[in-house]
Amino acid sequence: MIRLSLGPLLYYWPRNTVFRFYEAMAATPVDIVYLGETVCSRRHELRLADWVEIAHKLVQAGKEVVLSTQVLLESGSDVAAMHKVAGNGEFLVEANDMGAVRRLAGKLPFVAGPHLNIYNQPTLQWLASLGATRWVIPLEMKRDDVALLQQERPAGLQTEVFAYGRMPLAFSARCFTARHHNLPKDDCRFSCMNDPDGLTLKTREGEEFLVLNGIQTQSARVYNLIDQVGAMQGIGIDVVRLSPQAHSMNDVVSVFDAARRDAMSPKEAAAQLQKLMPAASCNGYWYGRAGLEQGAPA
Amino acid sequence: MTSPTSTAAPDLVCPAGSLPALRSAVDNGANCVYLGLRDATNARNFAGLNFDDKAIAAGIKYAHERGCKVFMALNTYPQAGNPAMWRSGMDKAVDLGVDAVILADPGLMQYANQQHPKLRLHLSVQGSATNHDAINFYREQFGIVRVVLPRVLSLQQVEQLIEKTEVECEVFGFGSLCVMVEGRCQLSSYVTGESPNTHGVCSPAKAVRWQETPTGLESRLNGVLIDRYAHGENAGYPTLCKGRFDVGNEHSYYAIEEPTSLNTLEILPQLFKIGVKAIKIEGRQRSPAYVAQVTKVWREAIDSCTANAHRYAPRRAWMTALDQVAEGQQHTLGAYHRPWK
Repeated sequence: MIRLSLGPLLYYWPRNTVFRFYEAMAATPVDIVYLGETVCSRRHELRLADWVEIAHKLVQAGKEVVLSTQVLLESGSDVAAMHKVAGNGEFLVEANDMGAVRRLAGKLPFVAGPHLNIYNQPTLQWLASLGATRWVIPLEMKRDDVALLQQERPAGLQTEVFAYGRMPLAFSARCFTARHHNLPKDDCRFSCMNDPDGLTLKTREGEEFLVLNGIQTQSARVYNLIDQVGAMQGIGIDVVRLSPQAHSMNDVVSVFDAARRDAMSPKEAAAQLQKLMPAASCNGYWYGRAGLEQGAPA
Repeated sequence: MTSPTSTAAPDLVCPAGSLPALRSAVDNGANCVYLGLRDATNARNFAGLNFDDKAIAAGIKYAHERGCKVFMALNTYPQAGNPAMWRSGMDKAVDLGVDAVILADPGLMQYANQQHPKLRLHLSVQGSATNHDAINFYREQFGIVRVVLPRVLSLQQVEQLIEKTEVECEVFGFGSLCVMVEGRCQLSSYVTGESPNTHGVCSPAKAVRWQETPTGLESRLNGVLIDRYAHGENAGYPTLCKGRFDVGNEHSYYAIEEPTSLNTLEILPQLFKIGVKAIKIEGRQRSPAYVAQVTKVWREAIDSCTANAHRYAPRRAWMTALDQVAEGQQHTLGAYHRPWK
């Protein structure tokens, strides 16, 4: 059966909220949990030791835990923090930058994260040869391309697809949340904590377009491949990634769990999810179209 | 590695979107030009732009006869269904005698190592290598000799990085500014289905629609309203991150980035001092006149700084000339200047 993973928490929530969130997740049927701060090094409600504490609780609850590294590494201290995660000595690591791959290559198995830009067979083969045991496809990759890569997949390599949540589409040196509040990044007053599902950016005719999440820009729409769980199993996808949201995450997990067990029809599952999403859904990338589009191909 | 006190002049690397642009760059003092093929193998895959085989051969001859090097950008990511296009592009580059290829994809670097072991490899800005671990890893794995740094690092971060790598560092000096880390931005495909990584385009022209409306001129990208201009207001190309949007109670502001150009003329002595090996001018999509003007100014500036770094200051005429061709007619130091972030 296809496994369910919970992607790293992309937002900045208060410490107690984070602890409560993962306590709740421990009780869900999710199989794998990715932990750690991947967006901004200024966020400090939880330190690595706190993430490790949560990791231990999740392991006790029977979950596989992976520690994720920060995506954009700029300063020496960003790199040092990445070294700590890579060298944690206990948990599998998701490398989200080639610098992290360097720390792990040939030494430890690792997960090749969604921001490594793996678009083709030779690059996938190369990462597998360095020790990748799982890879996450790029958000913008279409089904047909994943299916092709699955045909010649290196032995022992699992494939994971980001299948639910607002998509982390871009990263910047600039903090757009601080900019919105007219604050410099170095004195941001952690204003992103006010937006548990990010800060919505609308077009001037009111269409919800993007979401500002600090230095990260997300899709406003929620990527949702709930009706493709069967199709993903069909092409040998091993893991389906669900990205944390502030409300009803346990219900989201339940719906995907029911879908993978065929306990709920794709149509019913889709209808259930509509009630749980913070915004409208989209699935264009899966069909090789604009990411924000929704609907099966013509 | 260049010593921190060295004032060796960095190479001036200029864009060539066409043969006339290449000639403009060479004639006005570029040390190197970079170009791409007429397909999705490079990150400026725009209609009417770039080189066929005949033009490349002529361009290389023109440049080499005048002591200028030629780099070929093959800096998008080979797609699962069609990797051959990138490989044959590289074979062609080698046959034609380019001095280096600019790559982002590890699989393609591996191919270069296997098939063309003497080929000089530059890591493209699209490779998103912002830290010494990543850069040194590409060197260890594939022998890259130069990296083009993403436009996200402060001057101090660039300096610290140069101290930790033997790989030559090339930085952007002038041109349109990507506010996102290059290679890690999928905004364009989110709206249009095509991105720099997959198709070599951002906010592609074929998805753009202009509409005159009672409230002003609207620019749309695949139907999404990117900006609306009042009568008499200058309208810019609807690059999606440079539109005006609403966030919270703030209406109609540049929530991500203004239309503006990067211009680092005023920190040129510092770039010399920290050991930057090359300065890159953006703009393969721009006209030969743009290339001529920008190359000329930067040649003068680099020569002036080489002659006397202590007395160097950007001349007003240079800044005026550059602002005339700058996106939005204005410039910024971008991420080099910490408060911009």
